Amino acid sequence: MTAKIVIGLDGTDTGERALAFAKDLAARMDACELIAIYVIEWSPFTFQTAEENAQRHKRREEEIALAKSRIVDPAIAALTDAGFKATGLVRHGDVAETLNRLTVENGASQIIVGRGSSDGFAKRVFGSSTQSLVMHADVPVTVVG
Amino acid sequence: MNNRSTFWLTSAVAAMATSPLAAQEAMGIDEKVNQAFASLTGPFVSLIFAPFPGTSFPWIVMWLVVAATIFTLYFGFVQFRFFKHAIQLVKGDYSDPNDAGEVSHFQALATALSGTVGLGNIAGVAVAVGIGGPGATFWMILAGLLGMASKFTECTLGVKYRNEYEDGTVSGGPMYYISKGFNELGLPGGKILAVVFSIFCILGALGGGNMFQANQAHAQISGIVGDYPGWITGIVFAAVVFAVIVGGIKSIANVTEKVVPFMGILYVGAALIILLVNYDQIGWAFGQIFAGAFTGLGVAGGFVGALIQGFKRAAFSNEAGVGSAAIAHSAVKTKEPITEGFVSLLEPLIDTVVICTMTALVIVISQQLIIDEATGNYMLNEAGTAIATIDGNSGVSLTSAAFASGISWFPYVLAIAVVLFAFSTMISWSYYGLKAWTYLFGEGKTSELAFKVIFCVFIVIGAAASLGPVIDFSDAAIFAMAVVNIFCLYFLMKLVKKELASYAARLESGEIKKYSH
Repeated sequence: MTAKIVIGLDGTDTGERALAFAKDLAARMDACELIAIYVIEWSPFTFQTAEENAQRHKRREEEIALAKSRIVDPAIAALTDAGFKATGLVRHGDVAETLNRLTVENGASQIIVGRGSSDGFAKRVFGSSTQSLVMHADVPVTVVG
Repeated sequence: MNNRSTFWLTSAVAAMATSPLAAQEAMGIDEKVNQAFASLTGPFVSLIFAPFPGTSFPWIVMWLVVAATIFTLYFGFVQFRFFKHAIQLVKGDYSDPNDAGEVSHFQALATALSGTVGLGNIAGVAVAVGIGGPGATFWMILAGLLGMASKFTECTLGVKYRNEYEDGTVSGGPMYYISKGFNELGLPGGKILAVVFSIFCILGALGGGNMFQANQAHAQISGIVGDYPGWITGIVFAAVVFAVIVGGIKSIANVTEKVVPFMGILYVGAALIILLVNYDQIGWAFGQIFAGAFTGLGVAGGFVGALIQGFKRAAFSNEAGVGSAAIAHSAVKTKEPITEGFVSLLEPLIDTVVICTMTALVIVISQQLIIDEATGNYMLNEAGTAIATIDGNSGVSLTSAAFASGISWFPYVLAIAVVLFAFSTMISWSYYGLKAWTYLFGEGKTSELAFKVIFCVFIVIGAAASLGPVIDFSDAAIFAMAVVNIFCLYFLMKLVKKELASYAARLESGEIKKYSH
């Protein structure tokens, strides 16, 4: 049976280390499929101007295209070149919630993420996406420092 | 406009304001602007507010209320039957997670609300209660509840017949649903009516969405820092609005959009505190509202006067039937246009039934309106046109005085709130006006710039003119939009009914399901 592993990309160095760790792990397994996911932080409960709303669909497409070309596609290329079976996804939403939902939907058995690089006041008050994922995920989560 | 030029402009204006000669001259400019404006807009205003022959009842008020009542009956009290569903939609219970990143129901509602919650709730209510007495509040609430059905009708159509362009942007609103809807039904004249609506929408954007806001923002600021010429406030406001809508300085608009909701919450919170402190008088205040609604309690025009004021201010505040909200709501991402109709019906509820009522209760409880103890009726001012108030206040200054009687420093917070509300309403209406403008003259940089410059010029005129002519023109322009919009909605409402029947059946059968989040 093929095991599926989700890698949460965040476009930072720790995300890269999570990718490297996932490669290392997958290499030790017989059949493994890697799913690299980048979640664009977004909330349906923000306030926007009418003009922003009118252009939202266009901006969303641009954001997805940018995330694909800058972060997800290079990661998939690196994984495929190394001989792994890999697919990529870009989604908007709450990072922890979306990663968990996509993991369950795709039948993956674990999530590998970077420690996260957010720092300062917001992190102290609200905690990071990684913390939230570890607390609420339905599958085991590996956090790479 | 860059920061440096804004600085020089403000400095120059401040320098002129400090010179006594310049100030005298400036007052002269204000007066001239006022006179010219009043004589230009007079005939238009008279036509819109013409009374039924032999009565003092303006036909336009009846037009709005009859429409709201017809929509309420035609859709079987949709505002109550689908109220819970509307809340579920705003919460995102029925939103497809794969649509994340698109405009949500909440965002469309919040954007539309930031265009309507504003001075209508603060100054408009004070005008209604100041002229029509506490009884006006009763009619305002009733108009708000009925108006929910008007809003439902127009916003469903707004989404159903919006234009979606190849680049992914959308444009919607009455001009689109009138022309496309009439075409679909095989009715003639859709295009002409859409053009007439667009003309009125531009006037409404310049009037209620602009001049009234600038005027009342100036009244509030000058009430705190002392009297100074209105055109100075106008120029400063125009410069900032210009920077946002022409200069593309989105950060100002973004900050406003984020601060305004908190101001709204702060405003309602302050009203609640005043009501809680005076909880023993709430019963009396409601007594005044009910008694005034049917007897008038001595106000000019009796209970009909209270009714006219209540209905007028409610319509001006929540814009139900006017068509503006259909422009704001049309950007939502949904496969079912009617869902946005359900969401939009919350707008008059929040705007009128909750926020306007809060303002009215605070004004009544603060006893700013003078009661003749011998009769128990309200005393009129010398001209006999409005209720006499303790310091002769009217409009936003009446609301300010009412809040100050409970929380002494609140006028300062209110001044900031008024300026921000005025600003966010202007930004919203500049967009509504622009959409109507581009519908008429086509999309293009020069055409758009022309409208935006005209919009900024009207900010200065609005701040300089006195309240009377500005409020008359603002009302007339907004109601003129409703004349065309509602006329067309009568023809198009059967399309909405079809959508409603289909959606309700699928919701009942379980075909439309909640997404588990």
